[in-house]
Parts: sequence; structure tokens; C-alpha cells
Amino acid sequence: MVRLLTHNLLACHAKDCNTNNFPLQFKDVQLEIREADFNPEFLKGFMPKIDWKALVDTARQLGDTSLPLEQPEMVDDEFLKNLHHILLEIHVEEGSMTCPNCGHVYPISNGIPNMLLAEHEIG
Amino acid sequence: MSRPELQAPPEIYYGDTEAKKYTQNTRNQQIQADMTYRALELLNLTPDQPAFLLDVGCGSGLSGEILGEEGYIWAGVDIAPSMLEVALEREVEGDLFLQDIGQGFGFRPGSFDGVISISVLQWLLNAETSHPTSSPPHRLNRFFTTLHSAMRNPSRAVLQFYPTSDDQIQLITSIAQKAGFGGGVVVDYPNSKKARKVFLCLFVGGGGGQQVPQGLQGEEEDDSKVRFERRRERERAKVKTGKRKNVKDRDWILKKKELYRRRGKEGVPLDSKFTGRKRKPLF
Repeated sequence: MVRLLTHNLLACHAKDCNTNNFPLQFKDVQLEIREADFNPEFLKGFMPKIDWKALVDTARQLGDTSLPLEQPEMVDDEFLKNLHHILLEIHVEEGSMTCPNCGHVYPISNGIPNMLLAEHEIG
Repeated sequence: MSRPELQAPPEIYYGDTEAKKYTQNTRNQQIQADMTYRALELLNLTPDQPAFLLDVGCGSGLSGEILGEEGYIWAGVDIAPSMLEVALEREVEGDLFLQDIGQGFGFRPGSFDGVISISVLQWLLNAETSHPTSSPPHRLNRFFTTLHSAMRNPSRAVLQFYPTSDDQIQLITSIAQKAGFGGGVVVDYPNSKKARKVFLCLFVGGGGGQQVPQGLQGEEEDDSKVRFERRRERERAKVKTGKRKNVKDRDWILKKKELYRRRGKEGVPLDSKFTGRKRKPLF
């Protein structure tokens, strides 16, 4: 149940891994599309929080190219629908996420990522 | 019985059976729902504005369900895999993470518009190993600092927990303050043994303009009783006072005899003036 919504907020939290630790890279993923209620108000409120480059890169990696490279200043309905689909309807069920900096692998099983750290990785 | 957090670490205590039990118990559901609504009230979010919330220790998603019903989008973290499995079965809407909150979060700054947590913090107060990173102050510190940075400015976190002593409240609030939080402890029904609830109400930012909310005062509401208890009491009282008519009176006996005769049963006694009369007491 990792959606890109939360993936876009998630950085590596291992010890001394403070720079270049975002976004986590998906690997060997299985996707599932589940419809969700369209909520334009939420999306508009959430837009400022999005790291746009990371979102577009991840979406393209998962095979969705409906988002423009630059975050548009004017938002229309179609753009919001695309954004809604990418943020809230694509679920990553299986696979793993790798930190680009320290290389820590967070496995995803049943849609739940395992974020537990070993003792020596706790900051 | 001693408190669950003293028996085993959460990921072991909430194994498969305990996770199911916890989720299916209607009393747990009721308490959890009440506290979630109260926590939402204390969060004091702008009405009709969709927000992105974090549920710390979401478990099987009992409180997450309520967040979803109220129209919030949420993510949840928990350390017990069995609880998360139950949450998956119940098809809750939030994003779930298997995470130890004492190890800190990796969320980017300003991610959440609010944080709630029901009955979780007390689990951080026990050391599982002697490693320095597993001491309660270290884990609390890690939890609060990463939580603080993951929250939007201004926003609130409401964390309900069960402290065993004032020292624990003192420890938790002092570490939260060091992490940069404002706010304090709100106690609901402070004079009641059962209904007393402790909420840690933390603020991020806000320029000191935010006041710690008042705890609910007065007597606990009636819902601390088990539901339908009053009805049961009333029914019991009715049985005691009401004079029940004897069912097996003369008319009943005559009717039965008539029935037997019609069915052709042998040896049905004859009707007489003595039918259905009480015997005299022997003495």
C-alpha cells in the first residue's frame, strides 16, 4: 500500500545518512491500481509539499508519463486527475526501496514496507 | 494482571491471536473510537480542509478507519506485523509502514498536517536490550526529534498514553520540549479512576499563541458502564417484583386432559371437582 503520495515524503532514516537520501529507488515492483475518491481540495493543499522532480522521475520509472517535467503554475482539471491517479491510485504491492546514498534496502511485502533498522544503523 | 507493556515488547505481545482479539473486542473498539474523536478535537484542524495525518502506532487501523470516515488522508506506522496484517484484512485506506518509532522516522520536513497516536507512548518506556540506542530516553529523543521535523509549521500532535507515574509524564514532556515542541499534558476526567485519560498535546510553531486545551472535567459520562447494563438491571428488577400467575391452573389441566383424550391417549384421569386442587398440608 505504498502510494507515491507517501513515497514522495519518505527519506532514508539510517544513521549518518543525511544527504542525498531521497527519493528511495523502487526495484522489482509489482503495482496494483485501486480507485480512490477524487479530492481536488486535498491535492491543491498537498501540491506545495511535493518534491516535483522526485515524483516525476518515480512515476516515469513506474511507467506513467502523464505528468509534465516542470510543475505547472496553472492547474486544470485534467492535470489534477492525472496527479490524483499517480499519487493516490498506484499502489506498490511487492518489491523493495533502496536508499541512493547508503544503499539500505527496505523490502516491501504485501504492500507494507519494512522500515526497521538493525542495531548499528540506529541514529 | 500486569500492564501489557510490561509483559513483552509490542511486536511480540501483539502476535496473531492477541491482534485479532484486540481488534474484535467491541469494548476496545468503543474506547479507541472515543479517544480518536477526542484526539481529533484536540488537534483543532481547520474544518472542511482535507489534511494529511500520521497515525503513530496505528495497529489494526481502528483509529485510522475513523480518520478515513472523517475525510482525512492518513499514513500509519506500527511495529507489530500481526496488527498490520489485520489492518490489511480490514482493507483500511491509509498507507502502512512496519516501523519502530523509537528508531525515528525518515519523513521529509513538513510532511504532516497533524499527528495522532492512541495508547502507544507507554511502549517506549521499557528497554529491551542493554544497547545504548534502546534506552527509553534515547528512543524517546529520537522519536520526538524526527517527529518534530516531519510536521508542518504550525501543526499539532496529540498523543494519548497510559503513564504509570508522574515521573514518566515528566520524562516524556521534558524530552518533547528539548526536541522543540511546545504544549503540555491534557488530563480528561482527572478524578475518575476508569475514565481518566492522559493526552500529550504538542505544538509545532505557532509563535506561543497556542494555548494548551482544557481537559474534560466533572464526572465521567455514563458510557464507562458496559452497554445495555441498565436494561439488564431493569429486567432483573421486573422479575423480582411482578407476581407471576401460576401457569398450571385448573383451566390449563382441563385443556391438557381434553387434548390427550382427543389424541386417544390411554389412562387420562376423569375430570371431577377435585381436578387441579391443591392437597392439604400434612401437618
